[in-house]
Amino acid sequence: MEEIIRVDNLSFGYPDGQPALSGVSLVVHRGETIALIGPNGAGKSTLLLHFNGILHSDGVVRVLGKAVNEKNLKWVRGKVGLVFQNPDDQLFSPTVFDDIAFGPLNMGYDEAQVREVVAKALGWVGMGGYEKRSPHHLSLGEKKRIAIATVLAMNPEVLVIDEPTSNLDPGSKWSLIELLKGLAITKVIASHDLELVQALCPRAIILDRGEVVADGATSQILADERLLAAHGLARNKPAG
Amino acid sequence: MKHSFLDQYSQGNSLIHRLDPRTKLITTLFFILVVVLTPISRWQAFALYFVLVATLIIISRVPPLYVLRRSLAIIPFVVLIAIFIPFFKEGEVAGSYNIWMWQVTVTYSGLQVFLNILAKAWLSILSLILLTATTRFSHLLKGLEQLRLPRVMVMILSFMYRYIFVLVDEVMRMKQARDSRNLGGGRLRQLRTVGNMIGTLFIRSYERGERVYAAMMARGFDGQARTLEKPSFSQRDALFALTLGLVLILVVVANLWY
Ligand SMILES: Nc1ncnc2c1ncn2[C@@H]1O[C@H](COP(=O)(O)OP(=O)(O)OP(=O)(O)O)[C@@H](O)[C@H]1O
Ligand SMILES: [Mg+2]
Repeated sequence: MEEIIRVDNLSFGYPDGQPALSGVSLVVHRGETIALIGPNGAGKSTLLLHFNGILHSDGVVRVLGKAVNEKNLKWVRGKVGLVFQNPDDQLFSPTVFDDIAFGPLNMGYDEAQVREVVAKALGWVGMGGYEKRSPHHLSLGEKKRIAIATVLAMNPEVLVIDEPTSNLDPGSKWSLIELLKGLAITKVIASHDLELVQALCPRAIILDRGEVVADGATSQILADERLLAAHGLARNKPAG
Repeated sequence: MKHSFLDQYSQGNSLIHRLDPRTKLITTLFFILVVVLTPISRWQAFALYFVLVATLIIISRVPPLYVLRRSLAIIPFVVLIAIFIPFFKEGEVAGSYNIWMWQVTVTYSGLQVFLNILAKAWLSILSLILLTATTRFSHLLKGLEQLRLPRVMVMILSFMYRYIFVLVDEVMRMKQARDSRNLGGGRLRQLRTVGNMIGTLFIRSYERGERVYAAMMARGFDGQARTLEKPSFSQRDALFALTLGLVLILVVVANLWY
């Protein structure tokens, strides 16, 4: 199978000294849907920011076989679509249309292409007709869908999403899960929502304190109560 | 939390709403220029300006009371600046009062200057309210951009419009959190809390700025802002601009005549 993302022994610390990732290695193949799970502060968001070069990695991250570096950043960002945790950070334009058009315009699409791809992307996330709305008057569920559309509009090879279902009510959550299931694209989803992981991702990776502690079939990982409890993903049973 | 629209009545569909934002921007600017340059002694001209704005407001079907209320909000600022002029400007005395130790005199020319500022500011504000009430903010931004306002300024305005509510929410949440833990305490302590809140708000805004910038980079932003240009100047726009321009010029010329 073709490798879309390969990370070899990635370590990273924020400027304030806290190590956020240490020795992370993983491979994402075409067509996979992978869950990246782990407790708060495990380093999930930090890892995702390395996937498309927002945080620099000195060549230990490879996208479609090419090492990510200063020169191919733009190409990388067209291939790896990253949806941020908070849609208020992702949606910064006065209208939904402007926001979805932002990526395609940066990719150098012409006007007809931009209009076509915006309409398509809105259709994919079930938000047709929202072009003229202002992001700050949308519900959180709507914002999350639009945030996904802004990235789909760039036609990436892999969709990388940070906490897609956090703070959503159960109805919105499940309809978002259905939506993601219907998208025929390679996906990496960071979450601590085990229902989502079970419903959507055949493979799961557990990250804790910046290290990969498990990588395998979701069915096996979710069945291992001790593993989950040890990494803050299940209720800790009282001793004895 | 949900907020009322900044551009509350801008979804309407009147003649004024349908004009190109550039037409409205330019005519508004022109109107303000003419108003400001008219000497106050020509009060007939001011009456005409007022009738003009009032007519446009009625055509736009924005509730006049809403416009009035919003325009009144600006008056205190003008008054604050202009209130002392009648007392200090020298000339024919209109009235003289004794207040405690002071002898206060009001002059006619002073009053005139005061009225001048008040009338001009009010008319300008009315026209600006009409502009913002009939144009969606996003269209206004597009208009400014097409009129070659530097792209950076348009972006700053657009971020302000996008994040003002997010910030207001953040302030409300912080206030609630403070009030729910506020167990009294002296003035000084409360002041310190407010200081801390402002500091926190600054840091949070700064961090949000970093995250938004990361989100922009993730979608291929390289410092070069690109947009779709779509000029849509119609006959209607030309007609409106021409009519308004002619009316204003007429008023100015008539003024010079008398
Ligand atoms: N901008 C930053 N500056 C300094 N430290 C940071 C920054 N962002 C994250 N960290 C630290 O890096 C570590 C990993 O954070 P990260 O946000 O990647 O975790 P996460 O797994 O996404 O957590 P969550 O589930 O809460 O989103 C944490 O210890 C965090 O405090
Ligand atoms: Mg995170």
